[in-house]
Amino acid sequence: MTAKVVTISSGKGGVGKTTTTANLAVALASQGQKVTCIDADIGLRNLDVVMGLENRIVYDLVEVVEGRCRVRQAMIRDKRLPELYLIPSAQTRDKNSVSPSDMIALCDELRPEMDWILIDCPAGIERGFRNAIAPADLVLVVTNPEVSSVRDADRIIGLVEAEEKGPAQLIINRLNPALVKRGDMLTAEDVLELLAIELIGVIPEDENVVISTNRGQPVTLDGKNRAAVAFHNIARRLRGEKVPFMNLEEKDGFFDRFARLFRTGGSNA
Amino acid sequence: MPNLLELLTGRKPASAGQAKQRLQFVLQTDRTNLTPKMLADLKDELMQVISRYVEIDPDTVNISMTHEGREHRLVADIPLKATHR
Repeated sequence: MTAKVVTISSGKGGVGKTTTTANLAVALASQGQKVTCIDADIGLRNLDVVMGLENRIVYDLVEVVEGRCRVRQAMIRDKRLPELYLIPSAQTRDKNSVSPSDMIALCDELRPEMDWILIDCPAGIERGFRNAIAPADLVLVVTNPEVSSVRDADRIIGLVEAEEKGPAQLIINRLNPALVKRGDMLTAEDVLELLAIELIGVIPEDENVVISTNRGQPVTLDGKNRAAVAFHNIARRLRGEKVPFMNLEEKDGFFDRFARLFRTGGSNA
Repeated sequence: MPNLLELLTGRKPASAGQAKQRLQFVLQTDRTNLTPKMLADLKDELMQVISRYVEIDPDTVNISMTHEGREHRLVADIPLKATHR
């Protein structure tokens, strides 16, 4: 067994990197894969709480790197799935406590035992980002369909290319079909055309993600909602399966039909 | 002109188109490190150099940026004036 190392990045903060990492890890593990996720956001630990494992931390990433514990000791097993582990970040240290070569060494040690190693990358383009992409076989870039996160995603895609870790693949997160339909949100096609990289998935905006995160139970754990299905589809695509993209178009309601009537009337004037 | 629906609801035209247009512009500048001002200066200087060798009509010169995927390309279309000798 040789794990594939996948780093989940975005540039901008708050677009859903950690949520994506947690849900892809759960999706892969529930498909029978052996998965370890690593929270590389040193000083701003969050993957633990999104996964609902915050009460079980004993050792962290920095302690592993500094040789104060064995890798196995820092791996928290998620009991809800057969083979899912988390190496939490350190909360009271800074990004310089870990180097890119530390991350490569850690992943090399884990590779023989795992199918997947998912790294949750911190926001920004500095040391934390360099650490997180150093061991990557594949970089996923998460973006939302809005100007600032698309712009930052473009920067990240360029940097990943420059580090010869490309081509990165794109996840469009929090697409709101109603807003798209109204013409007030970039479509997935727009974002794809702007960033010009391969798309691996589109996650619709879904309140279930907020609810499940509140509970520390990633939405993919038992969710049948659209966000959960979308995460599962990405996991299957990562495994090489050809999965068609979900249809996220909003169905026409009464008001839409009514509005269209007026719009056509107006444009003829 | 606002259409009937806009007049009734007071809503502005959809904003996604604007977002896309603004992003196309800003991404091109980000990726190439070439601002519109620099591009204009480049055009001026280029025309000066070319004019030293051949006669051109500045109004017909077109220097623009195109891209294919993530690769950008500077395209110059410089029609030469017909010479009558």
